[in-house]
Amino acid sequence: MAVVSINNTPVDVGAERLNLVQAAQMAGVFIPHYCWHPALSVVASCRMCLVEVGEKKPDGSIAMQPRVVPACQTPAKDGTVCITDSEKAKAAQGRTLEGLLLNHPLDCPVCDKAGECKLQDFSYEYGKATSRMVDPKNTPPNKPDIGEHISLFTDRCIMCSRCVRFTREIAGSAELEVIHRGHHSEIDIFPGDPVNNKLAGNVVDLCPVGALANKDFLYQQRVWFLKSDQSVCAGCSTGCSIEVDHNKDVVYRIRPRENPQAQGWFICDEGRFDYAYVNAPERFQQPLSRLANDTLTATAWENAIATLRSELADAGRKDGAAIAGVVSPMLTIEEAFLFAKFITELSTAATLYLGWVPRVGGDEHFPQDRKGNPLGPVKFTIRAEKCPNRRGVEEILKHFQGDVLGLDALLADAGNLKALYLTAGYPPRLGSWLNHEQTHTLARIPLLIVQDLAPSPIAQIARFVLPAATFAEKDGCYVNHANLAQAIHKAVRPGSMGRTDGQIFSYLLNRRGLLHADAVRQELAREVPYFAPLLDMPLGEHGVKLT
Amino acid sequence: MPILETEVRWVKPPTLGLLDRLYLPAIAEGLSTTIKHVFQPKVTQQFPEERPDLPANYRGLHRLNRDADGRAKCVACFMCSTACPAHCIDIVAAPSPWPDREKYPEMFVIDELRCIYCGMCEQACPCDAIELTSMFDLTGVSRAEMMFDKEKLLSVFDQTAGVGKDPVRTKAGALSCASEPNV
Repeated sequence: MAVVSINNTPVDVGAERLNLVQAAQMAGVFIPHYCWHPALSVVASCRMCLVEVGEKKPDGSIAMQPRVVPACQTPAKDGTVCITDSEKAKAAQGRTLEGLLLNHPLDCPVCDKAGECKLQDFSYEYGKATSRMVDPKNTPPNKPDIGEHISLFTDRCIMCSRCVRFTREIAGSAELEVIHRGHHSEIDIFPGDPVNNKLAGNVVDLCPVGALANKDFLYQQRVWFLKSDQSVCAGCSTGCSIEVDHNKDVVYRIRPRENPQAQGWFICDEGRFDYAYVNAPERFQQPLSRLANDTLTATAWENAIATLRSELADAGRKDGAAIAGVVSPMLTIEEAFLFAKFITELSTAATLYLGWVPRVGGDEHFPQDRKGNPLGPVKFTIRAEKCPNRRGVEEILKHFQGDVLGLDALLADAGNLKALYLTAGYPPRLGSWLNHEQTHTLARIPLLIVQDLAPSPIAQIARFVLPAATFAEKDGCYVNHANLAQAIHKAVRPGSMGRTDGQIFSYLLNRRGLLHADAVRQELAREVPYFAPLLDMPLGEHGVKLT
Repeated sequence: MPILETEVRWVKPPTLGLLDRLYLPAIAEGLSTTIKHVFQPKVTQQFPEERPDLPANYRGLHRLNRDADGRAKCVACFMCSTACPAHCIDIVAAPSPWPDREKYPEMFVIDELRCIYCGMCEQACPCDAIELTSMFDLTGVSRAEMMFDKEKLLSVFDQTAGVGKDPVRTKAGALSCASEPNV
């Protein structure tokens, strides 16, 4: 047990190895910092976290050090005394800021970081309104091709070196470096070797100023127009916690959200940049049904749902065993539960299959060197399984029919089926999820219902096509590879005529009103023992571990 | 709370005497006012034949100022649309094709029907690119016509630049050069 005094407030930091920035955080005191990041090594180069530090002697007297020291580099030991609000500490912070701003162009109006920039925030909080700089500022040229997705505005950099340490310590490929010395230092790459590692996008979030910019988001929106909703990346089974930034029902940016239970601090570029399909115009906007003249025609929801329900009920009455549903691992657990309920209520003999589980290559662990060899302990993993909720859907399938049947089993049984309800919703990056031959096999089923995002060969031959929703459009819960249940929240609306998958199943089950994912989750937790930990348990920001 | 009866004061209309009921004194009084005005200086302006002399700080139609090279001065910083209380400014930014600035407005549309002409956009602008002119007789036959895009706003600049009086904000400021570089 170690007690540290922060601004005369004693705080017990326990047995953890913390620095003074973290200890102050526990005491509710914020020490400004640029170069320090909890996931990266300490360099104490920005000098923003300068504080007065002393030590409490056994006889009760306090011996303060005569100089200010960086808090990020000072361990919080028992008896450490830290003063952040004295004249000396404040003056040191103000001078540091004046120094950092010497060469900063102050082009905030055209800088994409403005609004979420630490240099702006700290200048306002700790800095001065004027600069004493009379000489011309350094204006090193911008480096727009520093990476495929990243652009460097060299003059805005304050040399905190977070990006350099990230590529060395987390990504491992070490593309970035600091060149030159003193006031002429710059972030750069080795000639002809851009930052294109699979985690490169994180350097933009790490950059406390507007030096590193995300080309995908550059000039799209000012950040203060954006609204953020907490969600979970649907890109792979790691289930990284993310923030979905959106405005006027358009998703503009995906940012990582810290979650020690899921992935830590970062996300991969696949998850960060693969959201265009959410805004894609080619997505299905409303239900389509095949008319007598064999064309798919837009149908009103009421008609589509009523016809679909009666045709499925007819099929169920004729031969229950000839009905099947495919539960996509892109569905949330609530949706999968409602869907499984709907199919099994049609007939107890109906079969449920697990949808396509996309796998691409093998799990990729970081840090890794240029050749892909692991470097030290794993700090981030991109999983080969490119769907967010296989675990959750499997447990629901196990509950409803004992075992999990895959797509292969479906293709083998396809000859006996009279009605098949396929749910999909895979991002287009993964490609077509049924090959030509498989589509041909399923084409023989007379009542084929496809619920998907965008046109595909199987949707072309379906009797009904229902629009699916993406992760950004629904409330619910995904269970990641390690049985961590995390909440996703609706950020944008699924088009004026769109409905979420859960809402469609809710219509089909004849449930009234709008779907309330929390209520369905409670129903699921009461019914399926695996999900029992979710009963009366809010998912919170970091999720709940199942089993 | 109901009003107490004691607090109510009842007022009766004045009773009219014989003269009042004849209305002749009232007619004479009215005519005298009319005749007095015939001999007073005229204040009515014969709009539209006669144009009003508006004060220099009048806030009318917007213009997008051009720099010395004829480009829109706007750097697409969105400060005007952020400041706009009526949310009538719609900008799409893009990387600029010129080396002297980072970005420029690919699209810049002001909904002149939505605008309340408060002038906050011109106050917010860090490079004196948007200004309100004294053009006030703005008409259009459709809503679409009243959505002023970049070309239209620049043409307002071409019409109003060099007039001298219009607008008063033309002088060089601490942050920027004069908004009418060629004049």
